[in-house]
Amino acid sequence: MKDIFVLIEHRRGEMRDVSIEMLCGAAGLGGTVVAVLLGKDVDAFAEKAAGYADKVLYVNDPMFENYNSEAYQKALSALIKEHNPGLVLIGNTAQGVDLAPALAVELGAPLVTDITALEMDGDKPKPTRQFYGGKLDGHMVMKDADLYILTVREATFQAGDPSKSGEIVKVENPVKEEITYRKFLEYVEPEVGEVDITQSTLLVGVGRGIREDKNLPIVEELAKVLGADLAASRAVVDAGWLPADRQVGISGKTVKPKLYLAVGISGAFQHVTGMKGSEVIVAINKDPDAPIFGIADYGIVDDLFKVVPKLTEKIKELKGL
Amino acid sequence: MNMVVCVKRVPDTAESEVHIDASGKDIEKSRLSFGINECDNYAVEEAIQIKERLGGTVTVISLGPKENDEVIRMALAKGGDEAIRLEDEAFAGGDGFAVAKALAAAIKGLEFDIVFTGALADDDGYAVVPAALGELLGVPHATYVKKVEILEDGKRARVGRELEGGLLEFLEIELPCVLGIQTGINEPRYASFKGIKQAAKKEIAIKSAADLGLDPSEVGEAGSWAVLEKFTPPVVGEMAEILEGDPEETAAKLAAILKEKGLV
Repeated sequence: MKDIFVLIEHRRGEMRDVSIEMLCGAAGLGGTVVAVLLGKDVDAFAEKAAGYADKVLYVNDPMFENYNSEAYQKALSALIKEHNPGLVLIGNTAQGVDLAPALAVELGAPLVTDITALEMDGDKPKPTRQFYGGKLDGHMVMKDADLYILTVREATFQAGDPSKSGEIVKVENPVKEEITYRKFLEYVEPEVGEVDITQSTLLVGVGRGIREDKNLPIVEELAKVLGADLAASRAVVDAGWLPADRQVGISGKTVKPKLYLAVGISGAFQHVTGMKGSEVIVAINKDPDAPIFGIADYGIVDDLFKVVPKLTEKIKELKGL
Repeated sequence: MNMVVCVKRVPDTAESEVHIDASGKDIEKSRLSFGINECDNYAVEEAIQIKERLGGTVTVISLGPKENDEVIRMALAKGGDEAIRLEDEAFAGGDGFAVAKALAAAIKGLEFDIVFTGALADDDGYAVVPAALGELLGVPHATYVKKVEILEDGKRARVGRELEGGLLEFLEIELPCVLGIQTGINEPRYASFKGIKQAAKKEIAIKSAADLGLDPSEVGEAGSWAVLEKFTPPVVGEMAEILEGDPEETAAKLAAILKEKGLV
């Protein structure tokens, strides 16, 4: 088995969990695990990665202070050509998805994105990934090649405790030319709204199943009698029915209320990531196979337009309203 | 600005049950409704808005059978100028890479400043096309784009990418480029009746693999990085306790549970 490269992802002084998860996952595959770290003065990340890797390739250069696909692609492609790994793991993140397909095309390496499980057939990966918003698992067969690239969904592998002390090898930046096509400018924080749903004790999450904004009052009424705040899936925010600060999920907020009552939310990974830590999860959805029922504690498989008004009524009765 | 928008026709499965078909490699589609991929709908709108501000043309491209004409014509009705549909038996079963190769071959012959695609597809979720297409065309790319501003010189754009937690990463990118558009970047319009009537008369150019100078081995399943061996139902953890009964009963049961847990 040839070496396995794992790209360490970090932003604004924080290393992403998926990096350590991938190092731990790679450790079980058989090859030498090489953490690849591109950054500016991120020695602490090199040391952390060394606890999980057989070797750390660390390029310390101002060029990598912030992610830039052009700089990253050139550096990775040069390092891969020099060290000849058999497999490259990259996080399936906003960074990884921007980087991996172009790198794979350049290197002629088969790529499977967003994997959720991995087996090996000798040197060849046999990944599993989700289709149709998590409603099906797809088992993939990759084309034969000398180098494979996978982007790995967060929490696919479990991060363990550090058990290695890989050598940290500082490498000279292989990118000599100037980066011209793409230039990092700045980060802009999401707008802060009037309600901070990360602080809410009770949340009613509303999803695509609500169909139209004129139907929102039925969940607003439920939230009101419960004393809950309204949260939303991406679809509801994209449609402009609720403001962006109500969005729960990968590109929104991570919430951990005592109760998360998901109404008309199918439970795609992007949403579930942001609310799976809730104490009690209840889902109302008409599709019995909706992934949300896989993480909910209690479920009602029915038309939300029939159930929600009834539920509001029952809670009013209980509260004597 | 001369722009190209790539659109995909997908089944709407967000609110429907999904069943694996007899082949084990596809789903039963007869009872599903189809439409434009969600991100692509925003990509179409972004291109049309830029055309309205700065002038230029919008060419709509879609890979797939005749049924795709429906989503192509809707994009034309909203303000698209020309349309190309890539159709060939050889394209069947292609992954994001195979699709990107066919799109690149079709786009290479066009004059373009920006190619818009959706950031990912609702059905397969590969999210491969934007970055792969940029590399194949030899131009820069950015994906998960939630803000596009063409700079005054018309040769660069200021682009905001959506990162985890809703953080936006702004970058300056040289044109021509490929931008993978994320949902929520704009408010997609509805086509006007007049637009729909005009679009119905427009010609959609059909191109085969041979027309694009592509060998069948480069596209479809043969030209893919990976192929689907089979679908299986997802592995779920412990399933929720499903409350049975009519809405009156399930609502009462749930209310009782919430009370018992001290949540009401």
